[in-house]
Amino acid sequence: MTTLSQLATLRRSAAIQGRVIYALLMREILTRYGRHNIGFLWLFVEPMLFTTGVTILWTLSKSVHGSSLPIVAFALTGYSSVLLWRNMPSRCIGAIEPNLALMYHRNVKAIDVFLARLILEAGGATISFVTLSLFYIYIGWLEPPEDVLTVVGGWLLLAWFGGSLAMLLGALAEKSELVERLWHPASYITFPLSGAAFMVSALPNSVQKYALYIPMVNGVEIVREGYFGNKIHAYYDLPYLVGCCIALTLLALAQVAVVNREITPE
Amino acid sequence: MIIADHVHKVYPTRQGDRVVLNDISFAIDRGEKLGILGRNGAGKSTLIRLVSGAEQPTTGTITRTMSVSWPLAFGGAFQGALTGLDNVRFISRIYNQDYAENIDFVQDFTELGLYLREPVKSYSQGMRARLAFAISMIIEFDCYLIDEVSAVGDARFHEKCAIELFQKRADRSMLIISHDTEYVRAHCSRFAVLHEGDMQFYPDFDQAYAQHMVNLHS
Repeated sequence: MTTLSQLATLRRSAAIQGRVIYALLMREILTRYGRHNIGFLWLFVEPMLFTTGVTILWTLSKSVHGSSLPIVAFALTGYSSVLLWRNMPSRCIGAIEPNLALMYHRNVKAIDVFLARLILEAGGATISFVTLSLFYIYIGWLEPPEDVLTVVGGWLLLAWFGGSLAMLLGALAEKSELVERLWHPASYITFPLSGAAFMVSALPNSVQKYALYIPMVNGVEIVREGYFGNKIHAYYDLPYLVGCCIALTLLALAQVAVVNREITPE
Repeated sequence: MIIADHVHKVYPTRQGDRVVLNDISFAIDRGEKLGILGRNGAGKSTLIRLVSGAEQPTTGTITRTMSVSWPLAFGGAFQGALTGLDNVRFISRIYNQDYAENIDFVQDFTELGLYLREPVKSYSQGMRARLAFAISMIIEFDCYLIDEVSAVGDARFHEKCAIELFQKRADRSMLIISHDTEYVRAHCSRFAVLHEGDMQFYPDFDQAYAQHMVNLHS
């Protein structure tokens, strides 16, 4: 009986949280993209422009990436992955401040603000990746993925990594503005290290082991394995990546709980 | 019922921790109307935010066994970049309400007309107060927390507010804070004075008022 009523309470809480996140999502879309020109289409048009630009640049400069893959395929998988994990922390840092007025409503919590922004950011990056993939496949620049499920798996792991990192940094940024100051340089410096612009197999043997300590590298390798199958040799450590995500998630939830306790609505 | 049990609230400041509320306990029954007097910075708004659940006490607990509104103030609870209608939509979604019905009420109550489609940040204070109040009236609560609604707006707005709050919802609980002592006297049945973290209760207004005056001029 008690478990039943607990379940009912849980279901009610989940319904409330669902409503709050949906409301925040709609609010976020409106405040961010407004009702001007193409409105919320910018959500994925912007990352598409980014990825296309980088693809063109890398094609023109005949970037050395140390594999036999076509540069378009390489740029698409690499840069889309960067957008996925890098934009989420950028959006979550400083997410609380503009939403403080809404926290007058007791059901609106810091975690809802974060989740709404994460869903939006991950959604935009995903739509951009899928649309560009389909477009490039259609015009013949790209072969269809060898194994769609592996691509999806790698993509979800990258999203998990980005999302948990984003919540952790977003919560820590409430305590210290150092987080915001340091994230910008850090996100630039990690870009070349993130696996977007190289394959682990192209690295010297002695370095490969260390490259896999960077969580994003593992995720990008999985995405590429799904895309290119045995045309490439992907190196990754799945348990390590999942372990990183779990650790980051736990840390993030703990920090978000602290923010929740200390928040003062305007 | 709302029960506050040994509530402390401490804010960190540059000069060390500042105790805003020091061991406060009280209860508000269904239908009861509690008015709180206190000078600027006494912690009245903090108390109302704690009761609403928007903010957590440092120690102590607040138990709510009836539905409690958010703090109804003339600003706040709004997104300035959104239009009036967007804000109505947002609140309707959060509280699982029919949006279309609410729009009608808000249009009728605020008389804002076309301004409802403009961003809230372009509103005057009076317009904001009208919108804020109308939005708070679209959701029915057992207890309303009222933080200085009488401070802005014209006489017509005040009349409309009084009808909505004190006639149509005369059976509800209320927690009212205001610098307008006459407003508190007219609408409350129990009174408290908040001073230096401490909360004293008075059964009648005159005693509370006398203490409030002493605190003001001390």
